Amino acid sequence: MTRVQGFTASATEKPLSVVRQARALWLFASIALLCAVAALSILVGSRSLTGSAIGAALFAFDPRNDSHLVIWNLRIPRLVIAVLAGAALGASGAVMQAITRNPLAEPGLLGVNAGAAAAVILGVALGGISSIQHYVWLAFLGAGLAGIAVFGLAAQGGRGPDPLRLILAGAALSIILASLTGIVLLNAPSSVLDAFRNWAAGSVDGRDLQVGAILAVSVTCGVLICATIASNLNAVALGDEVGRALGVDLRRTLMLACLAVMLLAGSATAAAGPIGFVGLMAPHLARSIAGPDQRWVLSFSAVLAALLLLVADIIGRVIVAPSEVAAGIVTALIGGPFFLFLVRRTRIGRS
Amino acid sequence: MTHVVIRPLGMASFRLHRRSLWVGLLLLVSIILLAVLLLQTGTMALSVSEIWTSLIAPGSHPAADRIIIRIRLPRLLTAVLVGGSLGVSGTIFQSLSRNPLGSPDVIGFTTGAATGAIVQIILFNAGPLQTSLAAIVSGMVTAGLVFVLARKSGTTGSYRLILAGLGLGAVLSGVNTVLLVMGNLDRTASAQLWLAGSLTGRSWSHVLPALIGFAVLLPAVVWHARALEVMETGDDMARQLGISTESRRLGAILTAVALAALATAAAGPIAFIALAAPQLARRLTKAPNLPIITAALTGALLLLAADYLGQHLPFDINMPIGLTTGLLGGIYLLWIVVRR
Repeated sequence: MTRVQGFTASATEKPLSVVRQARALWLFASIALLCAVAALSILVGSRSLTGSAIGAALFAFDPRNDSHLVIWNLRIPRLVIAVLAGAALGASGAVMQAITRNPLAEPGLLGVNAGAAAAVILGVALGGISSIQHYVWLAFLGAGLAGIAVFGLAAQGGRGPDPLRLILAGAALSIILASLTGIVLLNAPSSVLDAFRNWAAGSVDGRDLQVGAILAVSVTCGVLICATIASNLNAVALGDEVGRALGVDLRRTLMLACLAVMLLAGSATAAAGPIGFVGLMAPHLARSIAGPDQRWVLSFSAVLAALLLLVADIIGRVIVAPSEVAAGIVTALIGGPFFLFLVRRTRIGRS
Repeated sequence: MTHVVIRPLGMASFRLHRRSLWVGLLLLVSIILLAVLLLQTGTMALSVSEIWTSLIAPGSHPAADRIIIRIRLPRLLTAVLVGGSLGVSGTIFQSLSRNPLGSPDVIGFTTGAATGAIVQIILFNAGPLQTSLAAIVSGMVTAGLVFVLARKSGTTGSYRLILAGLGLGAVLSGVNTVLLVMGNLDRTASAQLWLAGSLTGRSWSHVLPALIGFAVLLPAVVWHARALEVMETGDDMARQLGISTESRRLGAILTAVALAALATAAAGPIAFIALAAPQLARRLTKAPNLPIITAALTGALLLLAADYLGQHLPFDINMPIGLTTGLLGGIYLLWIVVRR
């Protein structure tokens, strides 16, 4: 009986080539939208600029012109970091959900967010560090160490890390580091709390292009690794047994995936602070558009997450101008309801 | 033989997992040992015999009586009840969401409770009673909202429940961050303190509601346990076996949220017990069924150990119970995960 139903259902589905074309079109449209929003993000801010000023600043830079300086020193670094960090979070979220086969998994699960936060708070409280540029390095160090520790701990003993152990080790190390952060926070003077709470909101403001360049290198490496394992992730999604039967080296895939998540999520957290929700939500959105194929899920997730973070950054700049709301907060406040709407209205919530 | 059958009255019989029984006994003994240690500890050290006389026949030593009955015993019982409630609550949520990361946060309870408390502290500068009241109310409202949002054409389904919880949780954590970042720095600090949870200054007025609630809810949970075990294999299977999945799910969520609310009211949000206790219990007992009682015992033991550690720290470090729990439970869970 079920077999017959299955047969009739598949007979009414569209041919595969049409589905593929539609997917490619959607991806193309999302990238085009991202470009348009990127242009908008240079224009919008506490000082409004015209399109011609952007052209002039890009092709005939004049260091005495204020709006050129605004574009090169403020708007472009911000744009670069928002797009790169967003894409990194989206891609790493998709990888994380694929290898753990868990819809609750997010890039922070490898301990990178907690590690970055612990490193920043220790740097601020003990080292007296107070500039955002230095936070970036601390956070990068902390995220990397935490990621390595989680992977190393989960890989202990013979058969290599399995997804459940990875999740639990990540959750355990995250909570240990978060508790340490909390303890330092409660015992330190309140100026430390003030500095920390601003970092922890997650923002792309006030970083320079050097941070952007480092982020770009790290994200490129991460994305390349993702590209090499993307098709293996499809096999992993079918379960360990089936994956092995299909000839996938699970241990190698898992290791590379962890490396990619560490590079991507670690550098994104370092550059923009702990912005968790993007990496959690984007893969779900991507799956609802692209279907189960991980190669497409990865691409969509990266593009959509970049779009989300960029839009959140623009809204955060506009909504209470001339003051600003951090992009991490806007992401949660606007992304959350949007996500809920999708869960109720579309096939995203169908298991 | 892996199971023991007990027939207390000749008619009703309980089939118990042998290893679970031993693990449970071991946990109980450890809890009692830690409880004695905790009753001894404090600015005024007391011997075991002094504690015993104060508990059994008070009167001979008024100062010791007051310390034991008014201060240390309520604190101890609060810790046991909070740990037990959170352990059970986490077990239910992990089973309902079929997810090892399940905790009262899956349905938004923890984040919602934090929102209520932060609003009270930062916007209204409220006292402890209003704060925990607001926390419980907003936590429960959030949980109800998530359940309603996840409902579609009469069914909930564990996947949609998780997604709705994530979405609403994100909105509320955004609100929390806004308040913490924009609020007055001193009030932010006291909100942080509340968020870390505390066992200081607990009295019998904290213990009694928690005790009554726990005593009422635990049988309800045990009653739900069989149905939940079957539902883990899938809603279709459970329905075929004659379980009305929707009403059972609603009932289980209600009891689990009520347990989490009890714990939050008594000690604030205590991280991680709901996540770690069921996992630890499962790994200790290696039993196939829901480890409800073992999870309760594990949770209580974790909280007592955290309290003991928090009271024996060098350098006068301020270390609230919630953070100690996170530290201790995290290290223990890590050890359990790594060892295998």
